[in-house]
Amino acid sequence: MLDTLFFYMFALLAVAGAILTITMRSAVHCAISLIGSLAGVAGLYLLQKAEFLFAVQLVLYIGGIMVLFLFVIMLVNLDSAARERQFHQRWIAGLAASLLAGGGAFWLVSKGAPSIKAGPPQSLPAGVGNIEHIADVLFRDYLAPFELASLLLLVAIVGSVVMAKKRTNERT
Amino acid sequence: MLHPITTNHYLVLSVILLIIGVTGMLVRRNIVVMMMSIELILNAVNVNLIAFSKHLQDINGQIFAVFVIVVAVAEAAIGLGILIAMFRNKETVQVDEIDLLKW
Repeated sequence: MLDTLFFYMFALLAVAGAILTITMRSAVHCAISLIGSLAGVAGLYLLQKAEFLFAVQLVLYIGGIMVLFLFVIMLVNLDSAARERQFHQRWIAGLAASLLAGGGAFWLVSKGAPSIKAGPPQSLPAGVGNIEHIADVLFRDYLAPFELASLLLLVAIVGSVVMAKKRTNERT
Repeated sequence: MLHPITTNHYLVLSVILLIIGVTGMLVRRNIVVMMMSIELILNAVNVNLIAFSKHLQDINGQIFAVFVIVVAVAEAAIGLGILIAMFRNKETVQVDEIDLLKW
């Protein structure tokens, strides 16, 4: 009962934040709405007993990525962009395409939903929390992808620094 | 009156978030907002993964969501770096004014 209430609350937060993100005029307002949407999704993670991902969502998305976005919005001056047209010339075509894709996706979900079988009984493993469980699986079965992910992050850090760097005294 | 929440609810929510993200990607001109739409799309995918992870009592979905978040972070860092470099050269953030490759 309470779960249902919380689900609708967080879902409303996520969807309303998402809609405001793509309709607001100023990029800073868009970023703040996106923070609301991400917080709603984080609440949904908590409702589904994914505590580790809840923490990651708060710390990494809201605390990391969104601060990065706000810094960039500050660096590139968007005041003039906020006064211009916000949508493409052919935005109606884009909206129609996405609505068509959305209709298809809803059709697929409504067609496939009755055939989703009930899963195994929802039971908590005795004495093992969500974070211990994730750590066990991540470092035992997914060690190589984990290391590759760290390599990817290293490449991303170096690449973004190189690209955002100001080019003074070019000698080429 | 209030039904218990099933996996289907999460699937529908995920589709809604995905469609909003795709719409933002196709409709907006501002490249910063387009990158925020990409974050929305990746979040919709994560909602789906977590819903099935709970449904099937399988932790692998959550592991996959962690990797999706890692890729999202890398994408945001690289994309914003490109954005700053491009703004320095072209002085604009509107995608339809960046048309060097347009035929």
